[in-house]
Amino acid sequence: MAEMNWPVVYPELWLLLAACAVLLVDLFSSDPERRPAFWLTQLSIAIFTAIQLNDYLNGVTAYGMNGMVVIDPMGRLLAVFAGLSMMVTLAYARPTLAAREMLKGEFYMLALFVLLGISVMCSANNFLVVYLGLELMSLSLYALTALRRDHALATEAAMKYFVLGALASGFLLYGLSMMYGATGTLEMPRVFDHIATGSINKEVLVFGVVFVVAGLGFKLGAVPFHMWVPDVYQGAPTSVTLLIGGAPKFAAFAITIRLLVEGMLGLALDWQPMFVVMAVGSMALGNLAAIAQTNLKRMLAYSTIAQMGFIVLGLSAGVVSGNTLSAGNAYSSAMFYVVAYVLTTLGTFGLIMFLSRQGFESEQIEDLAGLAKRSPWLAGVMTVFMFSLAGVPPMVGFFAKLAVIQALVTTDVPLYIALAVVAVLLSLIGAYYYLRVIKVMWFDEPVHTAVIAQGQGISALLALNGAAVFLFGPFSGGLMAMCRDAIVKALAS
Amino acid sequence: MGLLSVAIWLPIAFGALLLALGRDQNAGVVRAFALVGAVASFAVTIPLVKGFDGSTAAMQFVEKLDWIPRFNMHYHLGVDGLSLWFVPLTAFITVIVVISAWEVITDRVAQYMGAFLILSGVMVGVFAALDGLLFYVFFEATLIPMYIIIGVWGGPKRVYAAFKFFLYTLLGSLLMLVALVYLYFKSGGSFDILAWHKLPLSLHAQTLLFFAFFAAFSVKVPMWPVHTWLPDAHVEAPTGGSVVLAAIMLKLGAYGFLRFSLPITPDAAHEYSGFIITLSLIAVLYIGLVALVQSDMKKLVAYSSIAHMGFVTLGFFIFNPLGVSGAIVQMISHGFVSGAMFLCIGVLYDRVHSREISAYGGVANTMPKFAAFAVLFAMANCGLPGTAGFVGEWMVILGAVKFNFWIAFAAATTLVFGAAYTLWMVKRVYFGDVANDHVRKLQDLSGREFTMLALLAAAVLWMGIYPKPILDAMDVSVAELLRHVALTKLN
Repeated sequence: MAEMNWPVVYPELWLLLAACAVLLVDLFSSDPERRPAFWLTQLSIAIFTAIQLNDYLNGVTAYGMNGMVVIDPMGRLLAVFAGLSMMVTLAYARPTLAAREMLKGEFYMLALFVLLGISVMCSANNFLVVYLGLELMSLSLYALTALRRDHALATEAAMKYFVLGALASGFLLYGLSMMYGATGTLEMPRVFDHIATGSINKEVLVFGVVFVVAGLGFKLGAVPFHMWVPDVYQGAPTSVTLLIGGAPKFAAFAITIRLLVEGMLGLALDWQPMFVVMAVGSMALGNLAAIAQTNLKRMLAYSTIAQMGFIVLGLSAGVVSGNTLSAGNAYSSAMFYVVAYVLTTLGTFGLIMFLSRQGFESEQIEDLAGLAKRSPWLAGVMTVFMFSLAGVPPMVGFFAKLAVIQALVTTDVPLYIALAVVAVLLSLIGAYYYLRVIKVMWFDEPVHTAVIAQGQGISALLALNGAAVFLFGPFSGGLMAMCRDAIVKALAS
Repeated sequence: MGLLSVAIWLPIAFGALLLALGRDQNAGVVRAFALVGAVASFAVTIPLVKGFDGSTAAMQFVEKLDWIPRFNMHYHLGVDGLSLWFVPLTAFITVIVVISAWEVITDRVAQYMGAFLILSGVMVGVFAALDGLLFYVFFEATLIPMYIIIGVWGGPKRVYAAFKFFLYTLLGSLLMLVALVYLYFKSGGSFDILAWHKLPLSLHAQTLLFFAFFAAFSVKVPMWPVHTWLPDAHVEAPTGGSVVLAAIMLKLGAYGFLRFSLPITPDAAHEYSGFIITLSLIAVLYIGLVALVQSDMKKLVAYSSIAHMGFVTLGFFIFNPLGVSGAIVQMISHGFVSGAMFLCIGVLYDRVHSREISAYGGVANTMPKFAAFAVLFAMANCGLPGTAGFVGEWMVILGAVKFNFWIAFAAATTLVFGAAYTLWMVKRVYFGDVANDHVRKLQDLSGREFTMLALLAAAVLWMGIYPKPILDAMDVSVAELLRHVALTKLN
């Protein structure tokens, strides 16, 4: 372990270089549409994704930077997904940003830094590296939220996001410092070993883990640490909302696995009950509060909270009756859920941006009224997204829910089976507000009659996204197997 | 690709093409294309019936492919005597629905036709699925087109009805999902329904599973007291939607009892048969009375459907061959009869735009051909010998006599109530003097309407006079099912 092993961090180094290059290129280009910066960014993310994918396919686990970082299939796979979703995000975001005069080189540079942070978190093997990646991502996101600096809501959102996010980072850091104090090391495998010896004061450890869970709860956006989600989702420019709601979810999942599973699985009996409470709270509050929303972005924010509840629930079923037999099943279900969720979210927000025009944000649910008459295929794609979020087969969202429910039921513990029933009943409440969006699109008469005029490229991408959400349901076998394989290898290392 | 796959995916492919390419500007082409799709989909089900071997209870036309290996799911299809007839029935009703919408639906024609064709394929999938999860996917996927159909082409309260329909049904089926996953776990990681049939289970587990399945299927059937979504959905749905709801969708629930509840949890089924029988009798008696006081024709037929489906669940849970076979026959005949009743209401509604019984009177004077059909279907609805409605009811009553005389007695009152509400409606709508100017101006059936009603009338009479082929195909499967259900699975 104790060597630099540079190839391990080539993808991150590449992104760092690319971010600087994008900033420079943008400085010297006079193109009003910022084409050079856009394509250079897309190209560098594509190369980044290709490197990660190559490493993933090699399937090896290796350590670098003196054991600070690790490459394993899970981290690589999550980074690949993050890279792909970032590319899609930027493609959706560009026309909208251009129409609002927010298209600046900084946007791409910050987006690259967000991705860099995500990538660092995915391969972190040390508490400090986790924190480094987290702050890199978060600070870039705060700046992006405030990109529209003359807009009151956006500024407020950025402020809230920053203050609460900083608080969460503080929590996390405090928890990690307790763990450090108790175990004397920042390296996760060694923390794991120390906890496993059972000779460390349990109270200090539990004290630390509570703060770590609180910090992660903030980043995941789970109840009771969810307060920032609705305001930020609503207030941020939609393109930035998409940036927050997409790729960073992979990072949140990655650090949860890295910290709590690879580092503190020995304390699972202490953090799992907290996860159960967060999960049920998120699903209940998210689904109930979403019903009352009239703003589509805010509704989707509450829906995100509810969806995160499902992921957290999947994460809570790893250690059952004192053994870790079901861990691979539980965590890989949660991972598949994240992938399915991000895939659907990208499309949903992409579509909201597609519908908005110069001087008009298509943010209210009523703005979708009669969409089926204005553009049947757009309404069709949105319908697919909504049914997927509601968990109706054959969309991918159903198979994600199935995976998590399956993980809960196969524990054969009455508590988890009861939780599965609670989860499906709460998702029934969720179905109501997703159906309402479909109702507005299909059953109501159009309010706006303006022609939906956007580029062909984006509409093709949206159609592709819709097809993916539709087809990754029935044909999700390969993806599920990949998630399982990655998690099993991560647990074994 | 096997025949069952063709029967499932052919209408879906036609429907998808219509959705993708159809526009209101070329509605004529869209209609013709939809009709070709529906007829072709029906045609491919004929070899299924022809090639079916009635002498075995084994699954036939089986197809099995890997689907999601991670959860050991398979694309596993097959039919036996219990499910065979629902495949052609579904395709046949779809043909009728396409014809019935011909001139009536002028708004978003392609989407209307596409939704029904897709729905048809998905419902065939429910009847043919032998993998628990495949069944669930098809079962749930039926909600999507129906929700859109009710909500887009429905009546004034369509939004309320569409939501109620969707959420009610989803509630039940989500509990079933947990049950399916539990069975997957108990069977050591298999979603194979036939393997579940042989799986030993404790009474406690069986009870939980039984009620989880009950939640899904009783809502779908629908049984009293979870039937309240049905009258709303029927009243607000367009004619085609009502026809498919009554003729096929209700059968999905009843079929679920046959395929899941009875064979997977036989001990719980015996344990709680009294409960189901009670609910069924309430449906027959109480809902029959409720139907009597309706002033809206669609509501009346909707309540009549609930009463008839009560007969079906009653037949299942008296555990003898007459009862079960009779219930299946009742399901098929109700498919034809209730579909026809809703079409008749549609014919009147297209002309007068009212479903109130009081808006009519003496229709037989101005529409003699139509009245002849309508009276035939009404007679079938109250179970006149020689029509489809008689065979199933008679068999269930005979079966019930063997089980318990008083249950049979209570069930037989349906013949009285059924006749009462149906004939009273016929009397008020069709007979007597011409009630008002609307009725006086009525035009008799067009060729299109005549064709669809004649097709259904032929089916109703054929089933009533010569039901032997239908019974022959299912006898062995029913006997096998009952033999299986009689064995305990406790260990």
